[in-house]
Order: sequence, then structure tokens, then C-alpha cells
Amino acid sequence: MPKLTIDGMEITVEPGTSILQAAEQLGIEVPRFCYHDKLSVPANCRMCLVEAEKAPKLIASCAMPCADDMNISTKSDRVKAARQGVMEMLLINHPLDCPICDQGGECDLQDQAMAYGYDRSRYEEEKRAVKDKELGPLIKTVMTRCIHCTRCVRFGDEIAGVEEMGVIGRGEHLEIGTYIEQSITSELSGNLIDVCPVGALTSKPYAFTARPWELTKTESIDVLDGVGSNIRIDTRGGAVLRILPRLNEDVNEEWISDKTRFAWDGLKNQRLDRPYIKVNGRHQPATWEEAFTLIAEKIKKADKIGAVSGTLADCEAIIALKDLMDSIGSKQYECRQRVAQFDATVPAGWRFNTTIAGIEQADAILLVGTNPRTEAAIINARIRKTWLANRIKIGVIGPEMDLNYPVKYLGDTPSVLEELAAGKGAFAEVLKNAQNPMVVLGTGMLRRHDGMALQALVRKIAEKYNMVRDDWNGYNMLANSTGVMNGLELGFSGGDIHTILQSDVVYLLGADEMAVSEIGFNSFVIYQGHHGDAGAARADVILPGAAYTEKNATYVNTEGRPQHTRLAVFPPGDAREDWKIIRALSEVMGKTLPYNTLAEVRGRMAQQSPVFEKIGAVIPVEWAAFGKDGKCDPAPFVLPVTDFYQTDPITRASNVMKKCSAAFVQGASDKKAVVNG
Amino acid sequence: MSHAQKRDFEQPASFTFTPESMKEVDAVIAKYPKGYQASAVMPLLWIAQRQHDNWIPEKAMEEIARILDMPKIKVFEVATFYTMYNLAPVGKHHLQFCTTTPCWLRGSGEAVEACEKHLGIKLGETTPDGEFTLTDVECLGACVNAPVVQRNGDEFYEDLTPENVVQLLDDLKAGKKHPHGSQDGARHKSSGVEGATCLHEQAKSAGIKIAGEK
Ligand code: SF4
Ligand code: FES
Ligand code: FES
Repeated sequence: MPKLTIDGMEITVEPGTSILQAAEQLGIEVPRFCYHDKLSVPANCRMCLVEAEKAPKLIASCAMPCADDMNISTKSDRVKAARQGVMEMLLINHPLDCPICDQGGECDLQDQAMAYGYDRSRYEEEKRAVKDKELGPLIKTVMTRCIHCTRCVRFGDEIAGVEEMGVIGRGEHLEIGTYIEQSITSELSGNLIDVCPVGALTSKPYAFTARPWELTKTESIDVLDGVGSNIRIDTRGGAVLRILPRLNEDVNEEWISDKTRFAWDGLKNQRLDRPYIKVNGRHQPATWEEAFTLIAEKIKKADKIGAVSGTLADCEAIIALKDLMDSIGSKQYECRQRVAQFDATVPAGWRFNTTIAGIEQADAILLVGTNPRTEAAIINARIRKTWLANRIKIGVIGPEMDLNYPVKYLGDTPSVLEELAAGKGAFAEVLKNAQNPMVVLGTGMLRRHDGMALQALVRKIAEKYNMVRDDWNGYNMLANSTGVMNGLELGFSGGDIHTILQSDVVYLLGADEMAVSEIGFNSFVIYQGHHGDAGAARADVILPGAAYTEKNATYVNTEGRPQHTRLAVFPPGDAREDWKIIRALSEVMGKTLPYNTLAEVRGRMAQQSPVFEKIGAVIPVEWAAFGKDGKCDPAPFVLPVTDFYQTDPITRASNVMKKCSAAFVQGASDKKAVVNG
Repeated sequence: MSHAQKRDFEQPASFTFTPESMKEVDAVIAKYPKGYQASAVMPLLWIAQRQHDNWIPEKAMEEIARILDMPKIKVFEVATFYTMYNLAPVGKHHLQFCTTTPCWLRGSGEAVEACEKHLGIKLGETTPDGEFTLTDVECLGACVNAPVVQRNGDEFYEDLTPENVVQLLDDLKAGKKHPHGSQDGARHKSSGVEGATCLHEQAKSAGIKIAGEK
């Protein structure tokens, strides 16, 4: 382990640590532009120069590994002069347009010019100008501001796996661009905005909206897919203005998907902001009392009462609804909105047991009926990262799709699984020889009527190939929504969806994904949620709830990791936090639920399931038999998510997501779909 | 204006390597170990350019990307980096003048000016009859005989003066043979103008004949 001195402080570091990283460990700031901890190191900006004793020239600290007995100075006069020189060179062609630049206030170049630059320019010649590039509906470009750090190119090549951006031309004519002006076809493209240290790549939907210092920042989590990415919600005056990633090495590292980042405009559209009651086929505004009284009456008279929770339903609301249903003696509740034939009793059977960070330990992956790129883009990025580092073998049972790592297609029917279970087939050898093999099941296969048998079959494969051991669990189901995980963890399952939809009273807790047309003609439908989507359209009573940015709520991700969203803005109009609505209704019904505060509801959740004891952590679950042996239908697997950008009421209400869907999903289907269409 | 920005001409709708070119392509690819075929990108661009009137259309870059199984943008990066590749049509005689310091000190500026005047076009332009394109490039690696111009990517004409360069233009236009290399007359290849002046003894004792010496 190299031991060296930086600015008079001694430090011992892991072999391979760069001087810049070592300095960071000591809390010494070294300015940089091209270096980014999650990307490869090109050392092309020269901003990070430091002086090493006995070395004739200054060295680029980002690319120089630490060695024994180095004596580094990051503050010497030579270093200072070099930094000033680099800054001056960068600013030769950089425009002085900070007042009209969206990066202003959070720009690396601006900050470092303040700290290390001159306070005036000696440059009198003409600056060069570069034509802007068209990168699609999400990213705005002002390429004259580009300082050629190539972070965006490396992000595309390495993380997003779309080698579309590049360095074009040379010298004075050098530009960052795409192949003959293509747009970027990645579901992670928004991260380019974060990696770009200047205002060359900025957010199109957020353009000219606010300055960073005007924003209130709330740390929260995303709930629009099963990942539970950690986010920061930036708001001003009661409106969400943008969403940024927050570092969590176990979940999303520092990336978020374009859906997570850009769906926020959907929070303003189609909102339910007051209770409604349907009178003569039309929704009329009503008061909470009127709505509650009507519901209480209907429930009292009803024989059969069913409830369904949706993709965005939070744990607090689900437990309250479950307790309410139990108190009136109905067990017909379900969180899996479509025909759900899988075993909900054993958590190991529907969790992502390997964990997201655990993927990096895998050396063979079998994807069954799932396209992680559209179902959980961030998990797909981990798979790609693992492939990039170790060139692991990846097999797919399912339709052909556009994944950003090489895979072997093994067929698309359950018979391939049967062969594997019997130790036959091309991929059997791979799994046998792997140290840490893993299998990922998509939720699509579990919507089939033979889901139970398939689940049992995959369990057997997991057991046969030694995927379940004390130190490793390679069996995974990939949930494409947090809502379903919340329901499963809380036992909001076991009902029969057909029976539920035919009940006298149907309570939809943000449920819009099931076949609304299957709801009984005479059923009295209650819709509690935040968007006027399919469920609300059919409802007889609408109870306006809060979206994930408007409440303190718990969501469990596909790994079984509970996390909290935080209230960033208040729900619009009369809308309320969801568990409180159910609590209030219970009182009107004379079945008052035994909790009054958020802490009490959370205490009740912890009683129901131990996962809620430790927020932010995954508690591994016991392995047990699940599924049921049986015959599998020979029909091919169908993917659960067909349009990455349109998966729930919020994304469907978002104009930005609609544009993306049009540009990348529909537009791409003839070119070769990016996100599987 | 950079190559990447030029758009005022038509791109062909398709591109395929001719069977002869394809033979060369296969030979080049065979030089590299399997999985590293992307290394063949530069020769392939060159083959495409020779086949296609001295410039590389977009479809050719796409075809090369397909053959070498590499992203299109990576082919584009290489093609735009080197002045050797033309991504827009050029005249029958593409003259690339070196204007880097050694050539400039030895009068490349005057040589270029003489050509511009003679042809009535500026650097970066093509004559209306499609005969000549003039461009400026960085060091061509023949600085000993500066100033230097390169024709169509492989013929060098050196020791240019405003006079001899105009003669060159006229000969090229007339389709007359014109000697490559130094235009000086006195110089043999790259030896000094005053003839070979050093290492005489050593050459003699080693029995080597000194070029240009009687
Ligand atoms: S666009 Fe931004 S990230 Fe890309 S090279 Fe330019 S400055 Fe760097
Ligand atoms: S950060 Fe070291 S050279 Fe750019
Ligand atoms: S400077 Fe002209 S050839 Fe080298």
C-alpha cells in the first residue's frame, strides 16, 4: 500500500488510487473538469495538475497513481500558475454568457474560474462559435460552451451503452457531436446534463425556469419504477421544477432514468384536486363529508367488497386500506392488478434477492421474460457495468430486444426453462460453471395463468445451479413498480382480481393498470388517487390523494428495501395524504382505524412485516419452496413493459414523457427500437 | 468550416465496396486478431475514398461501421480527425498545402497565394470546372523540402515557389506528366541543395554509393 505525503499530510492508500483521489480522502480539493469518479480517466483537461517533488513537470493528478514516498503539493505557486493558465485557455473560446445560461450558479467552470482564474481576460481575438446539436426532446445544447472534457462521450460509451456521441474533427475545429446529427437514444440520457461540467448540455424541459439558489431542495425517492432511485426534488413556490439524482451506491449510484428525471410535468396535469361524486353519469364536485357518507352507505349495503392497489400506492395507504377491509370482513384485496398467478406467500419468490449492488458479483445472468432496460433502467445499467468489467455471460429467454450488452437468445418459450431444469441446453454449461449465477424473472411471465408452475420451475433451476447458498442468492424477480412490492410486503394480496372487479363495491387505490372494462356494470367504484386516469374515469366517487412528491410515505423497492419519500410540496386543492383519507373514511364508517399519527401507522406496518424495521436497508429473507409444480403453457413470453415512458398515471399525464414516447418508442419501431416497443 | 458541417452537396443513396476493393478490405482485416478488427478502420476509409472519386460518402462510413462491427460515430470520429479523408466531393486534383511553421517560413504563403490567384479560388474551395480543390493542412512530414503540397493523398511536390507551383497547376490541368518530389531541380530527393555533405568517409569505407554523386 503506497504511503505518500500530500501538502504535508501523510496518507496510505489502496494500490491504484490516483493522487486526486488520495487528496480527496484528505479533504483537499483538486479542481477538475474531465475526471468523474464513475467514468474512465482520459486526463485531457489538465486542470488537476499538481507538483510532485523531483518531477520536472507538473503531473495530472487524476491519472497518476500514488506511489511510495511521493511528496505532492497541490498548492504551490507553480500549481497555481498552471491552473490559471489552464483556466485562461479554456475561457478563450468559452462564451461569457453566464447570465443567460441555465448552468449558472451550479457550473464547475464558473466556480473554478472564481477560485483559480484571472479576474480579467487578455484575449482580444475572435472567439469561435459551434453549431448546436439536436439531441432530442430532453437535452438542450449550447455547444459553444463545451470545453471538450468528453465526459458525455464516456458516459454514453460506458454507462448508457449507446455509443452515439463522439469527438468530431480536430484542433480548432474539434466538436462534440453525434453521427450526422442523431438524437440520443438512451433511457439514461438525462444524466448527461449532470455529467456536463458546463452549460453545454442542459435540461430542455427546465430551460430558463429557475436559478439553483431559488430552489428548495427535498431529499426523497422515486417511485415510478421498481428501483426506488434516490432523488432530490427541487421546488419553488409549491411547484416541482426539477428532479435530480442523489448518490446511493446500493441503489442508483449517481444516475437516474429519464422517466425519474423528466416525468415531473405530469404532476401538474390531470390532477384530482377535490372529491367528486358521479351524478347522472357526470362527475360533480362534492365535499369530503358527502363523499365519505355516500361510500359508508354503499359499503353498509354491499355484499361483496373488493379493493385493488395500484402502481404508485404507498405502504401507509395500503396498510390502512387492508385494515379497513379486514375490519369489514372482506379478504378480497389485491395489489397485482392483472391476472396474478404467482405465489405471494414466500417473499424470496418475488424479491430481487441478489440486490442491485449484488449484481456486480454475478458471473452469469439469465433473463427470463424481462427487458431490464425498459422495466428498470438503473438495474440494467448495473448489469451493463458488470458486463463491461467482467464480460460476464448473459442469456435471454424471451423475445429479441435491444439490450446494451451482448446476450445469447435461448428461445422464448417455457420449454427452454424445462430443458435447463433438466440440465440440458446451451446455457446449462454456463450456469454450471459460474461461481455466482443469477436468474431474473420479469413480472410478465407471472401474469400468465401458468405463473405458479413457471415460478416453481425457475426456483428449481435456481436450486439446481447452486444459485441459493448462504453467501449468495441468485434468484430474482424484477418488479416493475414499487406499488406491487408495497402490497406484497404488507400482505395486500390473495384476492382474485376477477371476483374483486365484480364486487358490489370496488375500491381502487390508485389502480389504473387493470382492465377497467372488466369492472362489473353495477359495481360502485371508489377511486382514490391523484390523477384523472382510467380508474377515475370509471369511478362513482373520487377521493383526491397525494402524489409521491406531496407526502411522507414509505415505498419498498424490488429488492425489498423500504425508503421514505418526503413532502416537497403540498397536494393541490383539497387533496390529502392517502392514509389520512382512509383513516377519515373509517371513522365515518364507524370502523375507526387505531392510528392517528404517521408514526403509529408505521408502527402498524412494522407489525405486519419486519422489512419496515430498518428503513433504507435490505433484510435478506429465508429461502423456502414457492410456486406449484404443473404443466406450462407453451406460449412464448411477453414483456410486461412495452413503453418505458408511459407506465403509470403520472407518466401518462406528462407531456415530456409523451414526446419521448413518440420520438423514441413509436419513432424507433421502424429504425430498431431503442426501448423495446 | 469543418468537414462535419459541410452539407451543400448530395450524398449518394448507397455505397458498396467493389469486388476489387473488397479483396483489399479482407486483406486488411485479416492483419488484425479476431475481435480487434476495428483497427482496420483507417485503411478501409482510405479504400473507400479511392474507390469513390476521392471522397467518402456517409453511406460508406456506415458500411465500414457495419463491416467492422463498430459504432458509426467511431468511424466518423476517425474520418473527421484526419485531413487525409475527404467527406465532401473534391476536384479532380485535390491539392493540400502544408501551411505549418517550417513550410510557412519557407514561403508556403506565397505559393498558396499564387495558386489562388491563378485558379481564382480560395483555400477550401473548388474550381467551377471541378478540376482543382485547394485546402490547407498541417505538417505533411516532408519539412526538409518545405514548402510542400500533396496531390490526391499520395503525390508530393516539394520546394515550391510561386512560379513552379503555377507550372504544376498547368501541367496537371493539361494532363501532362510532372515530376514528383523536389521541384527545385538541384536537389536530389531530400539531400541538401549543395549535395551530400556528411558521412562521406563512413559511406565510402562501407562501400555505399552516395546517391546523387557521380
Ligand atoms: S458537452 Fe459538456 S460533457 Fe460533453 S465534452 Fe462538452 S463540456 Fe464535456
Ligand atoms: S481532471 Fe485531470 S486532466 Fe482533467
Ligand atoms: S511543415 Fe510542411 S511538411 Fe512539415
